[in-house]
Amino acid sequence: MSEVTSSLESLHVRRSTFSPLFTLAGALVITAFFTAAPWILAASWVSILSNFFILLIMATMWNLLAGYAGMVSIGQQGFVGLGAYATLYFAIKGMNPFAAIPFAIVTCAVLALPITYLLFRLRGGYFAVATWVVADSAMLIILSIALLGGGTGSYLPGLSSLSPTQLDHDTYLATWFVALAVVVATYLILRSRLGLVLSSLRDNETASRSAGAKVTATRRLIYVIAAAGCGAAGSVLAISQPFVQPGNAFNLNWAAEMLFVTMVGGLGTIEGPILGCVIFFVLQQTLQNYGAWYLIIFGSLAVAVALWQPRGLWGALRQKTHLELLPVGYRVRRSDGVETTSS
Amino acid sequence: MTWVNVVTQGVLIGGFYALFACGLSLMFGVMKVINLAHGDMAVVAAYAAVFLAPKLHVSQLWSFLVIVPLFALVGYLVQRTLFQRAIDRDPFTTLLVTFGLSVVIENLLLEIYSANGQSVSIGALIAKSWQVNSVIYVSYVSLVVLAVAVAVLAVLQLFLSKTGSGRLIRAVSDDHEAAQLCGANYKHVFGIAAAIAFATVALAGIAYGMTTEFMPTSGGINLLYAFEAVVIGGLGSLWGTLAGGVGIGVAQEIGAHINPAYQILAGNLLFLAVLAVRPRGLFGKRTSLNE
Repeated sequence: MSEVTSSLESLHVRRSTFSPLFTLAGALVITAFFTAAPWILAASWVSILSNFFILLIMATMWNLLAGYAGMVSIGQQGFVGLGAYATLYFAIKGMNPFAAIPFAIVTCAVLALPITYLLFRLRGGYFAVATWVVADSAMLIILSIALLGGGTGSYLPGLSSLSPTQLDHDTYLATWFVALAVVVATYLILRSRLGLVLSSLRDNETASRSAGAKVTATRRLIYVIAAAGCGAAGSVLAISQPFVQPGNAFNLNWAAEMLFVTMVGGLGTIEGPILGCVIFFVLQQTLQNYGAWYLIIFGSLAVAVALWQPRGLWGALRQKTHLELLPVGYRVRRSDGVETTSS
Repeated sequence: MTWVNVVTQGVLIGGFYALFACGLSLMFGVMKVINLAHGDMAVVAAYAAVFLAPKLHVSQLWSFLVIVPLFALVGYLVQRTLFQRAIDRDPFTTLLVTFGLSVVIENLLLEIYSANGQSVSIGALIAKSWQVNSVIYVSYVSLVVLAVAVAVLAVLQLFLSKTGSGRLIRAVSDDHEAAQLCGANYKHVFGIAAAIAFATVALAGIAYGMTTEFMPTSGGINLLYAFEAVVIGGLGSLWGTLAGGVGIGVAQEIGAHINPAYQILAGNLLFLAVLAVRPRGLFGKRTSLNE
C-alpha cells in the first residue's frame, strides 16, 4: 500500500492509447462524409444507410440498457412502435413529421417512466418477458385507436410537399443525425459520473450499493433514456417508410436485431454495436434473395458469440490489440511502464 | 347465463395455458432458466405432429405417443449441451441464448413450412361437443386438454413430492452445489427436469395444434400467456400455475366478450395488475422473484 502511495506522482493516468486529437479528427472526417453522403453516394446506398442508422440507434440503446445497466429487455420494439405512432399522431395534428421527432422522443420518455415502477419489481428473465408484455399491450392499445389507422395502419401525412429525392435526402439526414446524437450522447454518458456508477453496477451490484451508488434511480434513468432513443428510432423509421403499421412498428424482429447486432459486435463497448451493424448489413445485403436466412444465420452467430465470446467481436479484437477508438475507461501506467486498464 | 358460458370457456382455455406453462415453471424452478424459446418449441412439436408423424405411419391424433418421448430426449440433450453451457456462464447468457434460439426456430419454420396456417387433424372429434344447455357448449377437445393439464400437474406434483427422483430435483433446485456435495449429479438432474419440461411442452404444442390453427410465429404469443400464468400463480407453485392459467383464460374470455379486440389485452392487464398489487403472485414464495 505504501509503495503505491509513494509512487503516486509517477503514475500516469490517461483514457486513450493515442492522442485524443486523432479521435476528434477521425470523428470530424466521418461526420463530414456521412453528412455529405446523399450528394456523393448512389440513391440505393443512401436508403441502405438510412436503415443502417435506424438499427444502429436501437442497438446502441439496447447496449446501454443491457451491456451497461444489466437490464435485458426484449420489449424495446414497444418504444420503437410508440415513437412511430407518436410521430404519426403529431403529423395528423398538422405538425411537420421532422419537427415531430423531438416530441416523439419526449413522449416515449414520459411513457417509460411510470412503466419502470411496474417492471422494476421483476428481475432477470422475468423482467425480460415483462417488457415484452408491456410492448404487446402498447401495440394492442394502439390497434384499437381508429384515428391512428387501427390494424391497417396509416400514411404519414405532411411529407407530400417534398419531391421523392428531397424526401430521401431529408430522411437520410434525419436518421444520420439522430444516430450521431445517440452515439455521442451514449459516449458522453459513459464518460460521466453516471458512466462510472454504471460500470460499478455492472461489475458488482452489491459493492456498488454499499458504496452509496443510487442503483435503482440509475437504472430508471437508463431505462428512460433507452426508451427515448428507441422512440427516436421509431420516429425516423416512420418517416423513412412513410407508412405506419402496427405489425411493422411493433415487430419483435426489432428486438431480435438490436440484440443480435449488439451481441455479435460486442456487448458493453460503444464500438461493438457499430461493428455488429456493419456485419449485419453486409450479411443482409448478400442474402437478400434468400428470405429470412440472414436472420437465421445471424441469430445462430449471436448465440455462438454469447456462449464462446461474450465480449463480442470487438471485445476479442480489443483484447488482442488494446485498440480503443472511443475510450470510456482509464489507463494507469506506472513509471516502470506497467499499464492497467479499466473499461 | 352468457357470463357463465364466458367463464366456462375461460376455464377451458386456462387449462391449456397451464399445460403450456408448467414446463416453463419447472425449468425456472429447477435451473433458474427462463426458456424464451419455450413457445417456439411447442410450435415445433405441432409441426412434427403434422409433418413427421405421418411419415412414421402414426395418425396425427396419436402422434403425441411418438413426439412426447422424442421431445423428452431432445430436452435432455439440449440441456446437457447448449443450456448447461449458458448456465455455466451466467443468467444473462441463458436469456440471450434462448431468445436467439427462439428467433432462429421461428424463422427456420417460416423458411421450411411458409407462413401458412396448419392444424393437427383429429378427424370428426374436432366438431363434437357436449351441450350443457341452450347457451353453454363444451367442446370435447378442450375438455380433454383441461383434463390432461390437470393430470399432468397432479402427476408432476406427486412426482416432485413423493418420489426419490423428485426429491433429488427439489434438492438440486434449492442448492445445486450442496446437492452436488451430497453426491447428486446436478447436471444430470437438470437434464431430467428439462426432459420433463420438453415433454409437457410437446404435449401442449400438439394440443394447441388440435384446437387452433398455428403458424411459425405462434410461439411467441403462447410464451407470453404461459409466462403470465406462471407469474400470476406465483413462481414455484404448480397449482398456482393452474390458477394463473385459468385466471388468464377467464380474463381473456371476458375481454373478448366485451370487444373481440380486447381479448389478449385483458390477459395482459390482469398480469400487470397482479404485478402491481402482488408481485410474488397468488401462491408464490416471498423472495422468489429476485433471481
